[in-house]
Amino acid sequence: MMNCEQATRLMSDGRERDLSLRERAAIKIHTLMCDGCSNFNAQIHDISQISRRYAKEREGQEDQANTGPKGDGTPG
Amino acid sequence: MGESVLPGEAPVEQSAASHLTDPVFLEDLRRQMLKFAVLQLDNEAQAEDAVQEALIGALKNVASFERKAALKTWVFAILKHKITDLLRYQQRWVDVEKQSDLADDEALPSVFDTRGFWHQEDRPNRWAQPVEAIDDAHFWRVFEVCLEDLPPAQGRVFMMREFIELDSDEICQSVDISASNLHVLLHRARLRLRRCLEEHWFCEEVAS
Repeated sequence: MMNCEQATRLMSDGRERDLSLRERAAIKIHTLMCDGCSNFNAQIHDISQISRRYAKEREGQEDQANTGPKGDGTPG
Repeated sequence: MGESVLPGEAPVEQSAASHLTDPVFLEDLRRQMLKFAVLQLDNEAQAEDAVQEALIGALKNVASFERKAALKTWVFAILKHKITDLLRYQQRWVDVEKQSDLADDEALPSVFDTRGFWHQEDRPNRWAQPVEAIDDAHFWRVFEVCLEDLPPAQGRVFMMREFIELDSDEICQSVDISASNLHVLLHRARLRLRRCLEEHWFCEEVAS
């Protein structure tokens, strides 16, 4: 079985190119047994969304910036 | 180029011109633009030029903008296009490979043990409500800190990929690295960024 370093690398590559059937199967098998990598896979997707949102906000956020945080900054 | 990017707001006469002649507003805007440009170009002089050009472009067409927000969106759109052009066409702009973190021990966070499995304390936890973080201004400060914490080459290709949304081929061309080197850099950037975000933001939201 692949190790986590290889699995996360494939997951990251999967955002850059089409993975082969074999590669996708390897990821699937690995994530069935590994919560850490399963979470990693979800997180790189989240990070991508967050980044795009960030880039967008950088273009037009400034008027909102003065209104301060909407929450109190405490997660959860 | 940028001039074709117009926000949807109905243009109203005049007042944007007064924003751009307001030195306080202008300086503030310029500073924000510069920060944005430097982050992506990693070259102060080029960033200054890009900002300058974007502002000049904006001044030429300023009459049609009323709200400050619309004006800023538009100015930043112009800037983004200029940065994209620079990234695309100035191939010598950075030699990522040379200053690469590929050889840098620090580059790959030591999150894996010698067999390549997660260290217990580095194993990713589930993030609760990652999307909702987006609405919290404090989150963005954390995100910026984590971004700036990336080694330069990693940060640059990551931003080209995820902010400017260039595809892998375009990035490889503009920074003159192989696809596999790019993929190594992106993998490392993602490992590092996710760890930083989890440590500084999502840590208290661990769902068991």
